[in-house]
Amino acid sequence: MSSYTLPALSPVDEVAVVGRAQSFTKRSIKKDSKAAALRLIVSMIDLTTLEGMDTEAKVKRLCRKGVTPLLDADLPSVAAICVYPPMVRVAKETLAGSGVKVASVATAFPSGQTFLNLRVEEVRQTVEAGADEIDMVINRGAFLSGDYSRVFDEIVAVKEACKEAHLKVILETGELGTYEQVRKASFLAMDAGADFIKTSTGKLASAATLPVTLVMLEAIREYFLATGRVVGMKPAGGIKTAKQAWHYLVMVKETLGDDWLHADRFRIGASSLLNDVLMQWRRKDTGRYQSGVYFSED
Amino acid sequence: MKTYQQHEQSRQDREEMDRKQSNRGDIKSAGPDVESTSPSAPQPEIPRLLFGDLWDYDPAPESTEPFPIEKRYEHFIGGKFVSGEDYFPSINPATEEILFEVPAAGQKVVDQAVAAARSAHQRYWKELSGAERGKYIYRIGRMIQERSRELAVLETQDNGKPIKETRDVDVPLAAAHFLYHAGWADKLDYAFPGAKVSSLGVAAQVIPWNFPLLMAAWKIAPALATGNTVVLKPAETTPLTAVMLAKIVQEADLPPGVVNIIHGAGETGSNLVQHPDVNKVAFTGSTEVGKLIQKSLAGSGKKLTLELGGKGANIVFEDAPLDQAVEGIISGIFFNQGQVCCAGSRLLVQESILEPVLSRLRNRMASLRVGDPLDKNTDVGAINSRAQLEKITSLVQAGEKEGATMVQLSCPLPEKGFFFRPTYFTDVAQSHRIAQEEIFGPVLTIQTFRTPEEAVQKANNTFYGLSAGIWSDKGSKLFKVAGALRAGVVWGNTYNKFDPGSPFGGYKESGFGREGGLHGLLSYVEVK
Repeated sequence: MSSYTLPALSPVDEVAVVGRAQSFTKRSIKKDSKAAALRLIVSMIDLTTLEGMDTEAKVKRLCRKGVTPLLDADLPSVAAICVYPPMVRVAKETLAGSGVKVASVATAFPSGQTFLNLRVEEVRQTVEAGADEIDMVINRGAFLSGDYSRVFDEIVAVKEACKEAHLKVILETGELGTYEQVRKASFLAMDAGADFIKTSTGKLASAATLPVTLVMLEAIREYFLATGRVVGMKPAGGIKTAKQAWHYLVMVKETLGDDWLHADRFRIGASSLLNDVLMQWRRKDTGRYQSGVYFSED
Repeated sequence: MKTYQQHEQSRQDREEMDRKQSNRGDIKSAGPDVESTSPSAPQPEIPRLLFGDLWDYDPAPESTEPFPIEKRYEHFIGGKFVSGEDYFPSINPATEEILFEVPAAGQKVVDQAVAAARSAHQRYWKELSGAERGKYIYRIGRMIQERSRELAVLETQDNGKPIKETRDVDVPLAAAHFLYHAGWADKLDYAFPGAKVSSLGVAAQVIPWNFPLLMAAWKIAPALATGNTVVLKPAETTPLTAVMLAKIVQEADLPPGVVNIIHGAGETGSNLVQHPDVNKVAFTGSTEVGKLIQKSLAGSGKKLTLELGGKGANIVFEDAPLDQAVEGIISGIFFNQGQVCCAGSRLLVQESILEPVLSRLRNRMASLRVGDPLDKNTDVGAINSRAQLEKITSLVQAGEKEGATMVQLSCPLPEKGFFFRPTYFTDVAQSHRIAQEEIFGPVLTIQTFRTPEEAVQKANNTFYGLSAGIWSDKGSKLFKVAGALRAGVVWGNTYNKFDPGSPFGGYKESGFGREGGLHGLLSYVEVK
């Protein structure tokens, strides 16, 4: 058991954060910069299926889509396919040699409400099954009751179980209540060894937003400038259109700079986003929006 | 595992070392710079952010085509556009190209305009019911909204400020001022309970070039709402949107002479405010000219309000939300290229957080985009005139000469046009010229303080008193400090926020009288 204490952090002003986040949506992204943004977005997507009805066949289809989003287009593969633990093996096999990573939501996703030894064991087995990346959820109950040491220790335990796999720590910001809590949780997760911090499970109505992502990006920036350690960012849930996604890119560019404009440091967790990006890509070439029926729904 | 706190300490040590190495920090050379690293002394690598062009925004200029500018515009007197003499050019400060020309009003034209305003006041305007006046004012506000794109594009060309600001701030606020004051027109009896108010007569209004349309709205809307008629003179470098406003007034079918707009430079302004048949003078501009006007009006019986210069203190306490405070610092000094009378041009930072604030400020400044004002992605546009650019340059040189440390954004500037790089100074003493004089450009001075008392003392240690900002998450401190500041406008955890309902004006040499809100109406009425 450690006794972790949160660092002294400057507060967050909600009105000003929302105002600043809004300003990123005012950037005008046209022509080449739009094409570059679309490519970048595709390369950053963690293409996700997290349903009770997921089957191996469904996961295989999603993997193929992720590797080659559009058959005749010069577009990169997505960054990763994100699935539940039992689907990791089939995803790994399907993606072999493609460069696309397998991410999996372990730790009793999405609530995290089970015993720590079971969560750690779930992570261990998921990594063993071939997951390159683990998306864990923090213990929100412990966090909200002020038991930061417990949240810290649990992340450390999961990180150990991850071995070589990258650890993304989901704060589930929709349950934290204030931006200040999000800021605290971000530092806690980074201190405990998170490779990425991630907004949401996508299972709540309140998922990723620009302001909440801004608070986390600013935490990453402060942490990096103080420690030199690079932490990545993953907004997830609610990002459905290419336009929304490039607002996030603008925010990353102007908050953390060029080094974070890469899938190693920035991911977008999404399922329906990819087809909207593809639609925009087609429009770029043809000048017209095509019907949704021209894009595969895997 | 080393936690954030332990790292933070070692970072501060490293930064201290870094600072001692180079006492002059250019933002660009703060990146990994091979030449400046001496091979004999291996440095611990300092984490840095790179704000480059790995993914950049393409130029996105707002189209000017739908809004052609004529070669020549005229005075607007008695509801008609009337030609004049001595035409002078107005240029686009971002390209130095001549946009159009307007005549300079001599004494004769001033006489005509004042006579038209007098007659309109006597014949229609003062007799008209408040509700009827309100209708006209509403109409002007709505027409500004309908033509907002056009007004924004024209304002940006004539003034040099970014389209982002004209589109999102100047034009919507101008409309808001008319709509707000339209509401007062039929409620004046409730504005001053227990008193009867009446209009003054003819208001002579002289406005500056930094917010041409918005200042015209600030001046005209309350005057009309209270039953006065107006002769307005826009600044000689930015008459274009005043002409457009005259067209709107004409289209809105205001009784002829209620609003008159004449062009010219200082002499025209002087003739206008000294005209014997003027009842009220409202001036926004420099303290220097304001003093001259006040002297010249002594004993004339005219009512006078002055909204003059400023040297606003933006105070950041150690318990402030730092990331957001930096946004406030940026908008405080770089909004409209710092050509704002209420700019937060003096940053006062609590000594304990100087480094974290400076580090954030440098990184934030690195993402500022300076250039073509018509580009929707431009954050900092052109300085309004060559004269103003020269004034900024000379004050900045004085700052360097007096020993302050300058940090400047090293971004490319357009070859033509009047541009100045966003700049800040550290190691600034209260006695430095740059800490005392209004620079009216994108130049920030940074000083530190140790206690709230010292912050208040420094903030008030100026002959100006227009605006101030306070950044603290602690409400009690914020209100206590706000109470102690001698400034007409105090912002808490924000900066440069405007609303027609909020009175605006200064203490000391920043002027007197208020504009906006209930208090702004007082300057345009006689209370019985």
